[in-house]
Amino acid sequence: MKYIDEFQNPELARRLLDDIHSTVTRPWALMEVCGGQTHTIIRHGIDQLLPDEVELIHGPGCPVCVTPLEVIDKALEIASRPGVIFCSFGDMLRVPGTGRDLFRVRSEGGDVRVVYSPLDALRIAQQNPQREVVFFGIGFETTAPPNAMTVYQARKLGIRNFSLLVSHVRVPPAIEAIMQSPSCRVQGFLAAGHVCSVMGVGEYPELAERFEVPIVVTGFEPLDILEGVRRTVRQLERGEHTVENAYGRAVRPEGNPAAQAMLADVFEVTDRAWRGIGVIPRSGWRLSERYREFDAELRFSVTGIQTLEPAACRAGEVLQGLLKPHECEAFGTLCTPRNPLGATMVSSEGACAAYYLYRRLDLTPARQEASPVV
Amino acid sequence: MCLAVPGRVLDIEERDGTRMANVDFGGVVKEVCLEYLPDLQVGEYAIVHVGFALQRLDEESARHTLELFADLGMLQEEFGDPWELAAREGGFVFPSDVAGDAVREAGE
Repeated sequence: MKYIDEFQNPELARRLLDDIHSTVTRPWALMEVCGGQTHTIIRHGIDQLLPDEVELIHGPGCPVCVTPLEVIDKALEIASRPGVIFCSFGDMLRVPGTGRDLFRVRSEGGDVRVVYSPLDALRIAQQNPQREVVFFGIGFETTAPPNAMTVYQARKLGIRNFSLLVSHVRVPPAIEAIMQSPSCRVQGFLAAGHVCSVMGVGEYPELAERFEVPIVVTGFEPLDILEGVRRTVRQLERGEHTVENAYGRAVRPEGNPAAQAMLADVFEVTDRAWRGIGVIPRSGWRLSERYREFDAELRFSVTGIQTLEPAACRAGEVLQGLLKPHECEAFGTLCTPRNPLGATMVSSEGACAAYYLYRRLDLTPARQEASPVV
Repeated sequence: MCLAVPGRVLDIEERDGTRMANVDFGGVVKEVCLEYLPDLQVGEYAIVHVGFALQRLDEESARHTLELFADLGMLQEEFGDPWELAAREGGFVFPSDVAGDAVREAGE
């Protein structure tokens, strides 16, 4: 496919790798923010092709993984109510809440539906005026504009039986929280390309300056990742810390102004809890006053649900880059995609799932492989 | 979920006062909302996420990036095989150059 195949070219990858190998002189720790980038890295073995000096730390940019247990429990409660059609992206279905997941709710008679787009959920609401249709609105700055547009349309078209369970998160406050953590080892960031397609790069120079850390906007194909690494390492070796855009084909400096205007209208910035990490100030969005009537938490009175995270799962440490997935005792044994302890093993963008899919045979003890896989 | 993929606009129409398009993703066609890229035209490519076009793909930038990657081999050309270099200057296309060709072909 155009814009994909060319950016997987092995000959050009070799050239980028050669350049990185000839540039690096000492150890550097880089964090790729987005879970989509983590999957490209592990799937193509990019971390193994890089010089030993370059370590990639996997960041918290998997929206499914950072959605707090409390929000999952609210979703499960709403989806269980009679008269409700609960719509979600597919990768939320198997994320464990307290004791069950959306799949279980469906098997118990709940009307849970998977949609490709939030607009599909709005259409379901139009077709079922006697039912309450709720869409599970999670995600980063990439997913927030589609959800914002859907609420805007619901209001414009007067579709009152539609509401949104919102748990949107923003990348820059997460970068700030990571850099302020006493255990932080990150020296450079590969910023999430598609977040910047929407938001532009304007939020990053202040962070790069304050924490003296290079931030390189990076795409998702293998060559994109290598170019992000190459530019970040080059800055680090030179002692620089600026914002660069290595994903020019999809990121304009100003982002998408129409999407930003819609976000500013429909949402307002709020403190948000991240699963396994805790509350990060101003790190999320909720519906603004004007659209509050479409807030599912208020409509279904589930604001009181509060849940504590289980201690067994170490996903929080994985999400902060403090622990590699296979360093967790439960990896591949107690915790697998079939029986996940935490969301990082469920989502198609979770670091634990990526390691399990592409790296399991190398990482788990041989005796685990001998046991039958059902 | 956060994956966004490049797709090509096949046709555009207004539905319920909303600008919608059919977009081709390497053979899979999906309905996509163009409200965030109202001036996107038939034949153009955009990054699409959960049924919304979020940013136009810039052909010039993609080409430039690939050329930059190819130029990283300058040193190799400087100290590499002079016969290969001469053949290249004479217009011979090596298999390793196919990435650039792919862009040019697709752009035509």
